Amino acid sequence: MSAVPEPTSAATGRSRLLQGNEACAEGAIAAGCRFFAGYPITPSTEIAELMSEMLPRHGGRFIQMEDEIASMAAVIGASLGGAKAMTATSGPGFSLKQENLGFAAFTEIPCVIVDAQRGGPSSGLPTAPAQGDVMQARWGTHGDHPAVAFCPSTVSEVFELTVKAFNTAEALRTPVILLMDEVVAHMREKVALPSPGEVRVVDRPRPSVPPGEYIAYGPPPGAPAGDDAYVPEMADFGTGYRYHVTGLTHGKNGLPIGPGPEAEFLVRRLSRKVEKAAPQLELNRNELVDDAEYLVVSYGGAARSALRAVRLAREMGVAAGLFRPTTIWPFPFQAVASLAAKVKGILVVELNLGQLSLEVERAAAGHCPVQQYGRVGGELMRPSEVLDALLRLTGRKV
Amino acid sequence: MRRTEVRLSGEGGQGIILAGIILAEAAAIYDGANAVQSQSYGPESRGGASKAEVIIADGEIDYPKVERPDVLLAMNQEAYDKYAPSLKDDGIIVIDSTNVTAGGTPSFQASHVRGGPITGLARDLGREIVANIVALGFLCAVTGVVSRESLEKAVLARVPKGTEDLNRRALAAGFSAAQAEASRV
Repeated sequence: MSAVPEPTSAATGRSRLLQGNEACAEGAIAAGCRFFAGYPITPSTEIAELMSEMLPRHGGRFIQMEDEIASMAAVIGASLGGAKAMTATSGPGFSLKQENLGFAAFTEIPCVIVDAQRGGPSSGLPTAPAQGDVMQARWGTHGDHPAVAFCPSTVSEVFELTVKAFNTAEALRTPVILLMDEVVAHMREKVALPSPGEVRVVDRPRPSVPPGEYIAYGPPPGAPAGDDAYVPEMADFGTGYRYHVTGLTHGKNGLPIGPGPEAEFLVRRLSRKVEKAAPQLELNRNELVDDAEYLVVSYGGAARSALRAVRLAREMGVAAGLFRPTTIWPFPFQAVASLAAKVKGILVVELNLGQLSLEVERAAAGHCPVQQYGRVGGELMRPSEVLDALLRLTGRKV
Repeated sequence: MRRTEVRLSGEGGQGIILAGIILAEAAAIYDGANAVQSQSYGPESRGGASKAEVIIADGEIDYPKVERPDVLLAMNQEAYDKYAPSLKDDGIIVIDSTNVTAGGTPSFQASHVRGGPITGLARDLGREIVANIVALGFLCAVTGVVSRESLEKAVLARVPKGTEDLNRRALAAGFSAAQAEASRV
């Protein structure tokens, strides 16, 4: 693929009214994405449309595949070939991608999967928002595997977190999920995107040894002895480094192995490499939390409503604060645990019947009551509804 | 903080969402305010209810949706009947009198309703498709939510090449109709 020395896009460097999906495509290009395979689906379609237009201009490739399963497979192939690769979908397609997503996690192939969540289950409400895929982003594919998922609440955050998704995927050699929702995907906001030189871009670790010495899934040269969370160096297919890639449990040389300590080591190492990076991945954008007596936990589109409700509560004399994780997987367990020990109650606001609230309950560990306020009819909850739920938590009459 | 909530409503195919994008760009890019635009629509490409919302503020916009509009544009009767009751007490409704008959809702004053034959004016220009731009001109003249100069820049930046003159005339027709209507009130 040829490098085209033109600016990332005309959109960078000045204020524009941009849709969340547009910001995602801009972020992908800025992060170095040069391959997209997808099967367009509302509310993510604009990402595919824009990538089909932008990628050829940046020396990349766009391919519309026959379905979501094949798109995910093509993304994996492109990444093995050395390209930063992405696909975008919504719930129905996210379900189909799960098998290959697990393959990418186990074979440590970096890639980015965007899920713009819509009303579900099944075909659900194509043009309406939901946050019903939170647990699927964590546990959608079978087996113990690491998961990384980012949740933007604003259009400028979509750009920022798309770049972070690619950088994380490359640094950790793992699939990363950008978990948007229809609110954020379709909303247009005024944003000033950074110019290309201002975007920090991370590339995967490539072999520092000649092909004859390369061990595909071994520790990188210079790794400390006993490192059980290392990220192996990754050779581009077709560059003379011959190695085996399989979804079977494999040894350091990539070939299948049977049950035993080596299998145990591999599965644990994959989880550990993400756990070890969790403190650097964690990013909570909180409001009014320092002196809060009641905590609202919310993310993505729902957090826009929750933020307004917290401000309304403050006007009424209720010391409320918003805890808004942008990295939901790995879950910011310690941050929630320490806040739970200080506040009188937690309200989790999300567009589902209780998903991230389960993690919040685990972290709170009985230190304070945790309630969930959810909606599943395809409508973003209104601030007044959240405020009422918050006042009920405080024991006030609503 | 000043926060103005605008809801544009009608049916799919009337250019409601494009009108919302243009209005938001006029406010955010050319007037230098902050703006958020969102929409709701059905799976159809034509027909079905269509709604675009624009929030214009001089600061941060947290909740991105309209709760009670300060300004409502109703391009068909269904949209008028559905959304007129949600108007703020001192809000303004702009109706396309080609398609909409005001009244029937006692909860607000007739003085809140401003109307002109928006679709009719677009037909007079030879292209009914520019009704959304006529409507923006009318709405801008009546409410002043954005400046006329910014609106014109935003329209010309968004419409297809070769249609600039038609759209400029559509915008002017909306403004003139609003001024003529104002002199009658």
